[in-house]
Amino acid sequence: MSEVAQSYTPGTHPDMPAPVGQRGVLLWLRTNLFSSWANTLATLLAIYILYKIIPPLLDWAVFDAVLNASNRDECKSIGSGACWAFIKDRWSIMVYGFYPEALRWRVDLSFILLCVALVPVLFDKIPFRKPGLIFSCVYPFIAGWLLLGGFGLKHVGTDEFGGMMLNTVVGVTGIAFSLPLGILLALGRQSHLPIVKSISVCFIEFIRGVPLITLLFVASTMLNYFLPPGTTFDLLLRVLIMVTLFSSAYIAEVVRGGLQAIPKGQYEAADSMGLKYWQSMRLIILPQALKISIPGIVNTFIGLFKDTTLVLIIGLLDVLGISRSSLADAQWNGLSNEAYISIALFFFIACFSMSRYSIYLEGKLDKGYKC
Amino acid sequence: MNTTIADHDVDGRSALSKLWTNREARSVILQILTMAALIGFFAFILTNAVANLAAVGKTFSYDFLSTPASYDINQSLIEYTSRDTHFRAGLVGLLNTLLVAICGIILATILGFILGVLRLSPNYLLNRISYCFIEFTRNVPVLLHILLIHGILVHSLPHPKVASTEYNIANLFFLSNRGVFAPKPIMEPLFWATIIAFFVGIGFTIWFKGYAKKVQDATGKIYPVFLIGLGAIIGLPVVVYLITGMPINWDVPEFQRFNFKGGMVLLPEFMALWLALSLYTSAFIGEIVRSGILSVSHGQWEAAGALGIKRSRILNLVIIPQALRVIIPPLTSQYLNLTKNSSLAIAIGYMDVVATIGGISLMQTGKEMETMIMVIGIYLVISLIISAFMNWYNKRIKLVER
Repeated sequence: MSEVAQSYTPGTHPDMPAPVGQRGVLLWLRTNLFSSWANTLATLLAIYILYKIIPPLLDWAVFDAVLNASNRDECKSIGSGACWAFIKDRWSIMVYGFYPEALRWRVDLSFILLCVALVPVLFDKIPFRKPGLIFSCVYPFIAGWLLLGGFGLKHVGTDEFGGMMLNTVVGVTGIAFSLPLGILLALGRQSHLPIVKSISVCFIEFIRGVPLITLLFVASTMLNYFLPPGTTFDLLLRVLIMVTLFSSAYIAEVVRGGLQAIPKGQYEAADSMGLKYWQSMRLIILPQALKISIPGIVNTFIGLFKDTTLVLIIGLLDVLGISRSSLADAQWNGLSNEAYISIALFFFIACFSMSRYSIYLEGKLDKGYKC
Repeated sequence: MNTTIADHDVDGRSALSKLWTNREARSVILQILTMAALIGFFAFILTNAVANLAAVGKTFSYDFLSTPASYDINQSLIEYTSRDTHFRAGLVGLLNTLLVAICGIILATILGFILGVLRLSPNYLLNRISYCFIEFTRNVPVLLHILLIHGILVHSLPHPKVASTEYNIANLFFLSNRGVFAPKPIMEPLFWATIIAFFVGIGFTIWFKGYAKKVQDATGKIYPVFLIGLGAIIGLPVVVYLITGMPINWDVPEFQRFNFKGGMVLLPEFMALWLALSLYTSAFIGEIVRSGILSVSHGQWEAAGALGIKRSRILNLVIIPQALRVIIPPLTSQYLNLTKNSSLAIAIGYMDVVATIGGISLMQTGKEMETMIMVIGIYLVISLIISAFMNWYNKRIKLVER
């Protein structure tokens, strides 16, 4: 009982740590999980849901899964979980489609070049950006040459395209061409010329009013009727045109939102500088409008990339189409969950990274404009 | 050097280039050119179409609509047999499209609002779970959702024989790979009394709302309008239903040899499409709801509190109206997307308007042009109706500014 009470002159007492319940893990637990009885109940509910979902899912996907087997029955006899052997068996066809096996290096090379071409477009603080951007502009032609052949390479028909490669081709082409077309449509919609304006409005509203799948049906069944008798052209090209037109209408609406958000003073300032219409758009209006519309544009691109799966309905064998036909194979009959879940992961990674990039870009461009 | 600009203008240019420098003249010329190009384009494709149709010996006509369709449709809201016309088949398809769209919109809205509120929950776990769900759901193509759920329903649920003993809920609902079987209500004649009671309840509630407002304006007394309305709309029909002796018979499905007999069935195709569209759209709605609620600043709560309004009434009178103004426009466009996405039904064989008119009827009659124009027209009309409603609603809730 001989406690020495140490005395301090006012203001010199050393800082004491907070009580145990008020700091560190315990504080975090208390504020985030157990702050009230309702919150505690919610936590317990969440834990129960996780308990119900996570362990069976892990069992199915990891612990009971079968990696090596030659057919479905062998899979089922080894383990009760997922049969990843199916995906392993079909992997190359899911990626490349029916592209000739000896020539697949061309697909790989164009994919690597795509990544190289994307870097200068996506990030601005990298060395050699100027020559990089020139390469990005030339890239579509290089990729077209690599994938299709000609000029010294063996020709490969578009009917041999398939799998994830087809999704990427349709997605990247659609993205690359729909942005400029969409900007033109948005400018047309804002134009002072009544005929140009009404044509743009009609086009945009028509495309936005119908599902993509009907446009693809038009491309596959009806388009040939509108061409001079005797001409036919490639189904993939028709699909690419439709997909580009479809997403350009959505881009146009997003860009229009950006254009409308630019204060009128900017237009007047550009006019008073004596800039012509295209000069003022290129130098003053569009840089600001596009900056505002970036999140919407990226969202449209994500939608476009997801919509590339719809080509299976008109008979092109994209990654989903190929796995559907693999499912009909007697060897791997009925393993739809494995196939669809792995494709879902592919799309999730692609689309989620796109949306993360848009958030990053938003943050970067936003600096200094917050009020 | 010594010529002025004005001199140059007068002397150095032809009449054509002067016309081009004139703003009005230029815009007229440009528009005439655009118009001419457009007319030329349409003339070109129409002549091609006429020539091509003539070459394959087809004519452009809708006569095929009145010929027998001669194919079966496995789900139909109206009476339909394969001897009915293509027109009726299309109507069945349209009703199926509307059915799945309306069911999907209802479920997606409910799920979406739950997800949006959970995303804002202070509870870390619930918050994260809904975040993961939203991100996983909306970054995967909707067609993949449809196929995945259809695959699970068809491959993982048991045959009706097993379902009749193991996968049932209270011996009333049976989950099997042929669909979900549920009791079917059969109305007896006296049931009309309950329906009338329901409408009387609605009428009473509308009248009572006006009356309560009048009383509140005059005296300041506040009636619990919501509770009384709820009692009138739900309670009254229930009471009438019980008094008239419960005039609904339930036709419970029963397993017989190979499949269930009786009851009503939700086909796996319908279930897959409905669930997939609802889940996919609910993720988007969740984000919309979240941003809508976040857009109402905290100061609004405090301001309303400072006026002495009760907390529950603050939510109703101040917060929700302001949040709805942000939520409704993107919400409607999600509804529109859901309706358009329902056209993916064709991938799993749900007989919607694309699968009937644009699918089997097209194949059987070879009328690509006519059927595709019909399908596109139907979707355009649906879109126009929904956006007209959206514009009307937007105008109604617009802030009235001085």
